[in-house]
Amino acid sequence: MAHIVASFDEDLVQVQARISEMGGLCEELLSKALQSVQERDPVLARQVIDRDRALDAMEMALEESVVKIIALRQPVAADLRVLIAAMKIASTLERIGDLAKNISKRAIPLSSARPARLTTSIARMGKTTLAQLSDVLNAHASRDVDLAVQIWNQDYEIDEMYNAIFREVVTYMVEDSRLIGIGAQLMFIAKNLERIGDHTTHISEMVYYIVKGEPLGDDRPKGEPTGVDFIHE
Amino acid sequence: MAEWFHPLLALAVAVFAALSAALGLPPLAAFLAGGLVVLLAVPVARRLADSAAVPLSDPPRDPAHPPPAAPDPGRALLERLPAPLLVIARNGCIAYANPAAHAALPHVEPGAHFAHLIRAPDFVAAVTATLVDGEERACRFTTFDGSERHFEARVGLLPADPAFGTDRRAIVQLEDRTEPHKAEQLRSDFIANASHELRTPLASVIGYIETLQHHARHDPEARERFLGIMAREAGRMQRLVDDLMSLSRIEMSEHLRPVEVWSLNGIVTECVSALQPIAGQQGVDLLLELDPQDCRVAGDRDQLSQVFTNLIDNAMKYGGPGGSVRVLTAPPSRAHPNRCGITVADTGPGIAREHIHRLTERFYRVNVSHSRNKGGTGLGLAIVKHILNRHKGRLEITSKPGEGSRFTVWLPRAASGDVAQPPPPPDPGEAKPLGM
Ligand SMILES: Nc1ncnc2c1ncn2[C@@H]1O[C@H](COP(=O)(O)OP(=O)(O)O)[C@@H](O)[C@H]1O
Ligand SMILES: [Mg+2]
Repeated sequence: MAHIVASFDEDLVQVQARISEMGGLCEELLSKALQSVQERDPVLARQVIDRDRALDAMEMALEESVVKIIALRQPVAADLRVLIAAMKIASTLERIGDLAKNISKRAIPLSSARPARLTTSIARMGKTTLAQLSDVLNAHASRDVDLAVQIWNQDYEIDEMYNAIFREVVTYMVEDSRLIGIGAQLMFIAKNLERIGDHTTHISEMVYYIVKGEPLGDDRPKGEPTGVDFIHE
Repeated sequence: MAEWFHPLLALAVAVFAALSAALGLPPLAAFLAGGLVVLLAVPVARRLADSAAVPLSDPPRDPAHPPPAAPDPGRALLERLPAPLLVIARNGCIAYANPAAHAALPHVEPGAHFAHLIRAPDFVAAVTATLVDGEERACRFTTFDGSERHFEARVGLLPADPAFGTDRRAIVQLEDRTEPHKAEQLRSDFIANASHELRTPLASVIGYIETLQHHARHDPEARERFLGIMAREAGRMQRLVDDLMSLSRIEMSEHLRPVEVWSLNGIVTECVSALQPIAGQQGVDLLLELDPQDCRVAGDRDQLSQVFTNLIDNAMKYGGPGGSVRVLTAPPSRAHPNRCGITVADTGPGIAREHIHRLTERFYRVNVSHSRNKGGTGLGLAIVKHILNRHKGRLEITSKPGEGSRFTVWLPRAASGDVAQPPPPPDPGEAKPLGM
């Protein structure tokens, strides 16, 4: 017969596997949310909104099992760090899921409005955001600190995209006041993506913390504030 | 004794039989199975699964777990199957991955939980359910890091043996469907973009043809002029088609990891030498300032040459005559750990901030007529981006209007140990034309 009581190592493996699984659901929610915007598909948008609940349930379950493990095994040092970080990552992922859901909510009114040229820029920003999220989940899965640091340093790309879209949308709304409604929705979507980017860097900080046992620091390159003519990709 | 009864062969066939029974493998396997004893498969599969019981977490803490045993015949056979295969233990940890799986999924790590490798919800659900109820399942999923990849997976159980407990093990067969998927996508994008871009020059050529057929029929001077314009427009269409073709080729190969190792300085030096004559014609100083400390990168040499050629070509084109273009080694950057950078810097008018992040979009130009006049297609940087995606590289663009632009290419350093046989790196001193 197999062991009745799983080992502590096994507990840790399972907790971290649940993180990857939550991450997988986040990627899917975000990719479908973006698809619902781009293809103007309200049915898909509603699917995303419904599925976000599964992510909430996963977060609750993970939190519960982490609390149980801490109570039962009383881990210290590196192991405790892994568990605390797991909880933080789970709640960050849950928030990313919420943001994906919000994007889908914006997709519903957009789908009945006129197609907007700007959705291309949003799609690009969305792709970059999704790739960063995916990379950070890989960094977590393989404990790749270099990758985590790189993602952390690259968030300004998403900030820059946000700033550019912001300017673009404003121009667009100024040119034609009938587009103010659409413009506002697009602006919210871009903002949600920008925040997903921030959460992604937070996860890379957690990965760094798990491996190195110390925080990653505070001097992350940031996008220049809107309106200053200095450039980065 | 006839070769036929050689136990190895019998085992091999039996493994095929088990796999084809479990997964519905293609006819070749079914043929090999040839109605032979499925029962024989059981001990092999069991041995395979046992020998694959490796420690679960990193670093391995539990000395009670045996190290992976020496390959046995069943495993040896799986090693040679071209389809990526994974065996997943009941607790979700990867017990075995064949070389095809390692090639298709660079992050495979035996002993790690399978969700760290493939976390798509449908896949996780299928494996989890099959481990519980033993039913076979099929699913599709997408991965999003870098370039999107599409897979189809079939999940079944390895035959269990009561003597060894009831522990189930799932076997997963993966099929990479990225190429067909992309081909589909590309077809529709291609039609939309290309027809739009080709329409303008085509309309102008048709216009001139009509003029030549009518008013300008007997006007030799106008004829000369019009033919000149038509030749230019036709040349542009040709370049456009060439660029679209190379873009679509690159996109098709984007998910294939390059394996050959090259000297980065060698490739850059060669590109610069090949472009010197053009620099001369355009009145631009093309300067090479590489750090002699070279860097080895895993890559497709022609594609990497194309990256630098496109960037230098742009720098010469948009930097303007009388300016200089410097190609230099970028200092190591914290934002790009473990990567080597090459910067192409020009002294041109620079690029306004709002355009920078869009330059790599297909057909995006800051100034459409300016680009057209210079014979541009709007695809150069899109090609650069796709090549860099494939190489897990990055493009960093910095510019301030009035102060020139810097395009820096960051490529991952080749790992010293695990690369395939490196072909001899190009001789940096040798300047042969690239034929692009
Ligand atoms: N070195 C540079 N300086 C200024 N602008 C540039 C430079 N490189 C590229 N660009 C801008 O980026 C646009 C896209 O470049 P590319 O994709 O190579 O297309 P093309 O050169 O065919 O127009 C160009 O049209 C130009 O506006
Ligand atoms: Mg160009």
